[in-house]
Amino acid sequence: MIDRQARLAALARHPEFRRGAREMVGVALGIGAWGLVTGVAMIKSGIGLPMALTMSLLVFAGSAQLAAVPMIASGAPVWVVWATALCLNLRFVVFSAQWRPYLKHLPKAQRARMMFFAADLNFVLFMRRFPEPKPAPEQLPYFWGGVAVNACAWHLMSLLGITLGQRVPEAWGLGFAGTVALLTMVLAMLAERALWLPAMVAATAAVAAYALPLKLNVMVAIAAAVAVGSVQDHLRSAQAKATR
Amino acid sequence: MSSGEALLTILGLAFITLLTRVFFVWPERELPLPTWLREGLRYAPAGALLAVVAPDIVLTQGRLISSWLDPRLAGTLVAMLVYLWRRDMLSTIVAGTAAMLVCRLGLGW
Repeated sequence: MIDRQARLAALARHPEFRRGAREMVGVALGIGAWGLVTGVAMIKSGIGLPMALTMSLLVFAGSAQLAAVPMIASGAPVWVVWATALCLNLRFVVFSAQWRPYLKHLPKAQRARMMFFAADLNFVLFMRRFPEPKPAPEQLPYFWGGVAVNACAWHLMSLLGITLGQRVPEAWGLGFAGTVALLTMVLAMLAERALWLPAMVAATAAVAAYALPLKLNVMVAIAAAVAVGSVQDHLRSAQAKATR
Repeated sequence: MSSGEALLTILGLAFITLLTRVFFVWPERELPLPTWLREGLRYAPAGALLAVVAPDIVLTQGRLISSWLDPRLAGTLVAMLVYLWRRDMLSTIVAGTAAMLVCRLGLGW
């Protein structure tokens, strides 16, 4: 126990822990606003305080929670709620493929613990900080620094939302802050020009296919991005060969 | 939905989220992926994030917004401009959200 505490303290004192936390503070406002809106949505849906708290603590996935809450409230079949969350969370499967080279040397329990907390923004900031896919000792403190800020902002604001409930007017549209936070992340990723066209196509596909059930539009958009990106790569290498 | 059913739904959601997040991190051995997919996957994260974001910006209740005077469009535009100018996440989020609130509450769009 003392050993564990000493290790945690050493982790928190690491300069990379502070760096991870600091970089996350820049987007924590968006996370917090999103958490607040999710908390309000959960309690307003009438699923009750214990369920809202359980969901907030165990699920820890804003977009899936926001989509699931009205479905649970309206009594949708359980499998429909699960399938919808699965489609929305499909992006995490893609992220996990990119997390793998950084984490595969760690014990399984530790990997699972880290991935429970690995939300969208943790992924984007981590990949920006460590573009090269190989493990390094400073990665763990950086990761947990970001998690500390991200999870605190999320849970505190989600609890606040659950407590305030009706007193946060829906008309303010505060969830938009969360949308802008994710958008900012995408803009940061778009520094790589090869991503422009696939990203544009994915956005258009997600909107065009929105009427599909179970949030399948997210799956369509991911497939479109991968397809357009692959074709683009193919054309570029063909062109390179032709000019040589 | 009874509270037992709601609890089951929530536990399932927690499981699904953890499952998707550890999917490729969990197995000891490399999962076989065709080369084209492995290379194509690098286009997926930006596309996936935009797929979550874009409908929240241009759709209302599943319908394309019908007016350019929409607080979310203004907020998105301001956020993009501020990002290009400052390259800073906090100011981008603050400016985008503030622009949305000004248009919605101030101008009544």
